[in-house]
Parts: sequence; C-alpha cells; structure tokens
Amino acid sequence: MSQPQMRRPVECGVPDNQKYLHPVLAKNYGNWKYHDRPRPGVLHHVSHSGDQVWSVRAGTQRQMDVYTIRKLCDIADKFAESRVRFTIRSNIEFIVSDEKKVAPLVAELEKNGFPVGGTGNSVTMIAHTQGWLHCDIPGTDASGVVKSLMDELIHEFKHEEMPNRVHLSTSCCEINCGGQADLAIIVQHTKPPKINHDLVANVCERPAVVARCPVAAIRPAMVNGKPSLEVDEAKCVCCGACYPPCPPMQINDPEYSKLAIWVGGKNSNARGKPTFMKMVASGLPNNPPRWTEAAEVVKKILYTYKEDARPWERMADWIDRIGWPRFFEKTGLPFTKYLVDDWRGSRANLNASAHIRF
Amino acid sequence: MAKKPHHTPNLDQLESGPWPSFVTGLKRLAKDKDQAVDLLGQLETSYQTKKGYWKGGTVGVFGYGGGVIPRFTELKDEKGEPIYKDAAEFHTLRVMPPPGMHYDTDTLRKFCDIWEKHGSGLIAFHGQSGDIMFQGATTENVQKAFDEINEMGFDLGGAGPAVRTSMSCVGAARCEQSCYNEAKVHRAVLNTFTDDIHRPSLPYKFKFKFSGCPNDCMNSIQRADMAVIGTWRDNMRTDDELGKKWFAKHGMNELVNDVVARCPTKAIQIKDIKNVRKDAHISSVKLNDTQALEVDNKDCVRCMHCVNVMTGALAPGKDKGATILVGGKSHLKIGGLMGTVILPFIKLDTDEDIEKLVDFAQRTIDFFAENALEHERTGEMIERIGLANFLDAMEVDVDPNMVTSPRMNPYVRTDGWDEEVAKINAKKKQAA
Repeated sequence: MSQPQMRRPVECGVPDNQKYLHPVLAKNYGNWKYHDRPRPGVLHHVSHSGDQVWSVRAGTQRQMDVYTIRKLCDIADKFAESRVRFTIRSNIEFIVSDEKKVAPLVAELEKNGFPVGGTGNSVTMIAHTQGWLHCDIPGTDASGVVKSLMDELIHEFKHEEMPNRVHLSTSCCEINCGGQADLAIIVQHTKPPKINHDLVANVCERPAVVARCPVAAIRPAMVNGKPSLEVDEAKCVCCGACYPPCPPMQINDPEYSKLAIWVGGKNSNARGKPTFMKMVASGLPNNPPRWTEAAEVVKKILYTYKEDARPWERMADWIDRIGWPRFFEKTGLPFTKYLVDDWRGSRANLNASAHIRF
Repeated sequence: MAKKPHHTPNLDQLESGPWPSFVTGLKRLAKDKDQAVDLLGQLETSYQTKKGYWKGGTVGVFGYGGGVIPRFTELKDEKGEPIYKDAAEFHTLRVMPPPGMHYDTDTLRKFCDIWEKHGSGLIAFHGQSGDIMFQGATTENVQKAFDEINEMGFDLGGAGPAVRTSMSCVGAARCEQSCYNEAKVHRAVLNTFTDDIHRPSLPYKFKFKFSGCPNDCMNSIQRADMAVIGTWRDNMRTDDELGKKWFAKHGMNELVNDVVARCPTKAIQIKDIKNVRKDAHISSVKLNDTQALEVDNKDCVRCMHCVNVMTGALAPGKDKGATILVGGKSHLKIGGLMGTVILPFIKLDTDEDIEKLVDFAQRTIDFFAENALEHERTGEMIERIGLANFLDAMEVDVDPNMVTSPRMNPYVRTDGWDEEVAKINAKKKQAA
C-alpha cells in the first residue's frame, strides 16, 4: 500500500497586514499627527490629512472560546468595518471613523461582558502565560490568577486614575514568561527539586541538565545502582532550571512553591532608562482558585502607589523618588535579608553613598 | 452534545466577577466537545492538587521541525490509563500573526471554523511571543488544522532553539510616534529566516521585536535578542497651535512639574519667545503669545517623555530610523539582561536600507549559530566573549553610544592602542 501524499507546507512566513487594516488606518498609514483620550478606553487619533479615528479598547480573557471570538466579530461587523486588532496585553481594539459610533460601541461591548478601558494611566490587562491549562512545568495557573486579579482591579482598568500607566504580569515559574512589569507575580520555589532516581537515566540527558544549573549544584551520581543526578542542596537556589530538561527533578510543590511580588520594571525609555523589576515580597501561598493573599499584597502596593506617586511617575519613578526604605514603610512589607541581591553584579545594587532619607 | 461535565467547584468560582471568564468559555465549549469536558476535569484537578499534568513530546507537521507544542496528559490511573482520556492529547499550534495584530472578521471566523472542526475551540490572542495559539488538538488533527490555516496564508511560528515569532507595535498604522514602517521591516526580517523558524537548529532561541519609538511598546529591550527601536536624529518637530492648546488646558504648574522637570537630560527650558535660541539644533513650541518651550536637540536622548505628554505639540523629527540593541533576555541562566546598543542609528526608509538590517541580522544569527554554547542566548554569548569581540565579528566600529561609561578598571592590555587610534583617524580622514 502506498503512503498517502502529504501536503507540503507553504512557507509563507509573516502575513502582510495591509488588507486587515481599517480603511482609514490604511489611508493614513505613517501620517498620524497626534492623539488624545476622550474617555477611558477610547483613543482619538488625528491624521495630518485631517482624518480622525476613535479606537475603543476592551478587555478579553485571552484564552478565548470560538463563541467569544465570534461575538467580538459580530460587534466588529456592526460597528468597526469588520476589523479588529489586539494589543500586546490581549486587549481588543475596534476602530471607528465616526465619533457617533463610539458610545453605542462602548455600550455593546459592556453589554456583552467586555469591559472597556485599559488606556492611558489605568491598570491595563495583565500579561499572562499558560499555567496549569497548558504548560508542562507550571508552578501555578495563569488564566485563573489573571481573572481573579482583574476582577479585583476592574475599577482601575475602567478608569484612568493611576499616576501613570500600570503594567502587570504573572508567571507560573521563575523563567518569567510573563515578562517585566510595574508589578509582577512570579512563582518562587523554596525547596530543591525532588528527584525520582528511577527515571533520570531514561528521561534526562544528564550533561545537559548539569550545564543548565546556574550555580553548578547538580552533579552526576549513581543512586541505588542507577545512573542519576544529585543536587547539592546547600548550593541550590531552587530556580527550577533543571526541571524542564529533566522532569524527574520535580521542583513544583503544592506547599513550598510560593508566590513572589516584584515591582518597578519598565520597558519604556521615557524619563529614565528601562529598568528591571525588583523582588519586594515572597513566601505568599499559591492558593487557588482566587489567590487572595497575593491579591492583597498587589492591591496594597498599587493603592499606595496610586495615593503617593506624582503624575507621570511609573512605579519605578515613584520608588526612585521616595527611596526603598519608604517603599517598605508605606506598603508595610517586611524588608528581609532575602531581598539583598547576592547574584553576579550585585554590588551595583548596594548603596555606595551617604544618601539616606530620614 | 458532549458527555456529562465533571464536578469543578474551584473553577466554578472563576465564573463570577466582572472580568471575562475563560472558565465560562471552556464550559460553553464543553457543551459540544468531550475534549473540553475533560480539559476542565484535568484543570480542576490541578486547582485541587496544585500540580501541573502536561508533558511535552514530539508532534509536528510534515516538512517542519517546530511550531507545534505537544501536550500529553500525565494524569493517569493505576493502570496507566488517562483519567481524562478525551483531553489526553492537547497540542498547541503556534501561528504567526500579521504585524500589529490586525485582523478582519472573515479571517477570525475562518480560524474559529477550522479550530471548531479540528481542535478544542480554544484560541489565545496572543502568546507572550506574539503567536496566535490554537490550543488543544489531538495528534491526528494537528496536520489537518495546519493545512487549512496554512491555506489561508498563515504560517507556523517558532518553538525550541529557533528564530521565534516576532511582534511589532501598531506603529505607522495608527501612531504618531512611529519612526519607521514597522510592519514592513518586521516582515522583511522575519521572512528571511523562515527556515530558522521552522527547523530549530540554533544554540537556543533568537527573538526579534519591532517597536516604532523608544516607548518600546513591544518590550523589546528586555526580551529580544535583537530589538529594533524607532528613533530620529534631527530636531523634534513642533506645532504652535497644539502647544498653545495644551498650555491653555494644563497650565504652568503641569508644564514645569510634568514636562520640564521630568526631562532626563535637562534639555528643555521655558523661555520668552524673543529669547529662544536660533541655533540649528534648537526646537521650540509656543505656549502663548510671549512664552515658548525650547528644546536643545543635542542634549535630548529621545526618551519620548515630553512627546508623550504634549503629543502633537512635540513630535519625533523627520530624519527617522532605528536604534538596534542586541542581547536582551530574561533570567535563565545568568540573570536578566537588557539589550545593548550595537547600531546607534540606521535608516529604514528604502528597501536598500532594510536590506542592510536584514544583512546585519543574518550575520548576527550566523555568528550566534557558530559561537554560542548550547542553550546560551545572544546576550550571554556577548557577555562571555566581550562586546569588542562581537563588534569585530560583526564589522561594527566601536562607538561611545554603546556604553554607559568607559571602563572603570585598568585590567586590560592596551598595547594595540596606537594602532586603534591610527585606524580611527584613517576612517575619519576617509569620511571627510
């Protein structure tokens, strides 16, 4: 019997976006003059040609069922010339060239459960990862954490009341796929991996696993007569880097995989240079389905920032001004020895001056 | 009609509240699909045990080595049979989006129809690298779904040690800060590397990201091995009418506190109009009939802050292009690294300009492929070999824009100094 003929892929790469652009965007491509925000969730762009568009931004759950997507398509067909775009944070945008359509479009989105907001100095949708739903190494869920937090922060999504924009991210392991953010929730393992020595030899490429460890804590060993790996637990920093290439080195633990909170990441070059975020809290329980303990800390930090920061200060700018001692004082978070950096280059994070705020 | 739903007390709690619920969406799918019923069953188990139950494997499409993320359940009974058998295979197809993530509804509806037929009906817009993630196909259906998606003109993205799917901002399509044609450059670069996207054979992943201005909405500095960030080198443009309109609305306090005082290089001053400097590198915008904002473009670092606050009144210049930074990555293995400046400015106006960037990208990837250790990102490789060696290989001249400051220690052998100075002088002479 002959093999069935397989279809060869058409290696077409990244598709052209021109045919997907709203007609007014296509016409004014590269010719925009300025924008303003008539209300939260709505951007108004004016072209040098005089043309104008209003973009209405709404939140989605990112992991969308086909019924939700079709509903969004119905709304786009009705209001937005059958075009939509998504932002990097999984918000959807509908573009209209007639200002009169804005209010009915906002109403239609809200009626169908899509909150309108996420523009300007709001808390926009959380960049999230896959978690238990689809990842092979997750310490927690992503969609559920995001859903829970956005429920709590819905007012801040729908209003522009923050000092500047706030980007949040979540990550289900220390690889941090969710990325840098003003405030991030990231799994922090607190115990070395538990090794199933019966499986290591068959499942793991041992030299590759040894090479993966950032602190050289893993070495080959014979355990119970089988070739395996062992971890120097005094050296281990519990990062979990060995787990993806060697699943028998289980790092996730229902009790000891905790959540940490990081603040002050900023990708924009605006004002100061881009910054990496810093860890400010850890040891929070990984507590589905609503992760209330982590949410409390997130809210405490966000509302302290909201209260205390000046206009246009991002989280990092605010902390730069008030200093870390006052950040911990105002948020009530404990500053423990674990927050003093001891990784390579860490001396740059120590205060080499007499600059002390009293 | 699908089979009876499992008891999901934890997930049920994620149906209440104002934010759109992925659980409600999954339950809607579970009315018709056994696969969604069992997906909910496995996910509820994770919520109860706080453990993940997926493992990878090898699933792909004919002709490609990557782009599919295989997922097989590890949640099995004593006999080794999957407890949730209809979700035992739940693979994801990563599909590259159009630049700026624009779609028409016809395309989205076709995606839905294909994924309803061959997959679970769950699609994520978008993954962290920008892919449209079609989540939940059986091994058998991966090829069928891909064939139909590919027929629509869409292609698989990267996975594993490959050039990865890229993202670009809304850019020229709708943003006044756009400094190059992001969509065109995005496609020109990525579509040069389709082989490296589809057939993973690099030391590790390599990511490009394209942001139209230094606001860097694509987060490229922190995440991309090669970040293409729009900028300009001539004077900021200004619009007196919009300047006066802004000032009338916001007033002197906001101007001083939010604009002048927040300039990182103190390039902005408030002046009486008659005292505004006339030098060629000065931009100014009127605030009223007597006062103006004066920007010294030689001091300006193009941070975007004042342009963001006074959009339209202040705007990027006309001599636009991009800064190229190399080596950004997240924590593993040596800690997070920002991309650093390798090409302070390149033009991206013409096909020829873009070809130069493509060539630079090609040479960077060739060097990375040859010289990086296994599982080492570009930034780690550069840290290991030193920036000067990387520049030599790329045939890029060293430039003070590449550093925060010159060296702070004497531990370097400098007996080639005179030779280097002679080279620099010879180049200067040639350029003159």
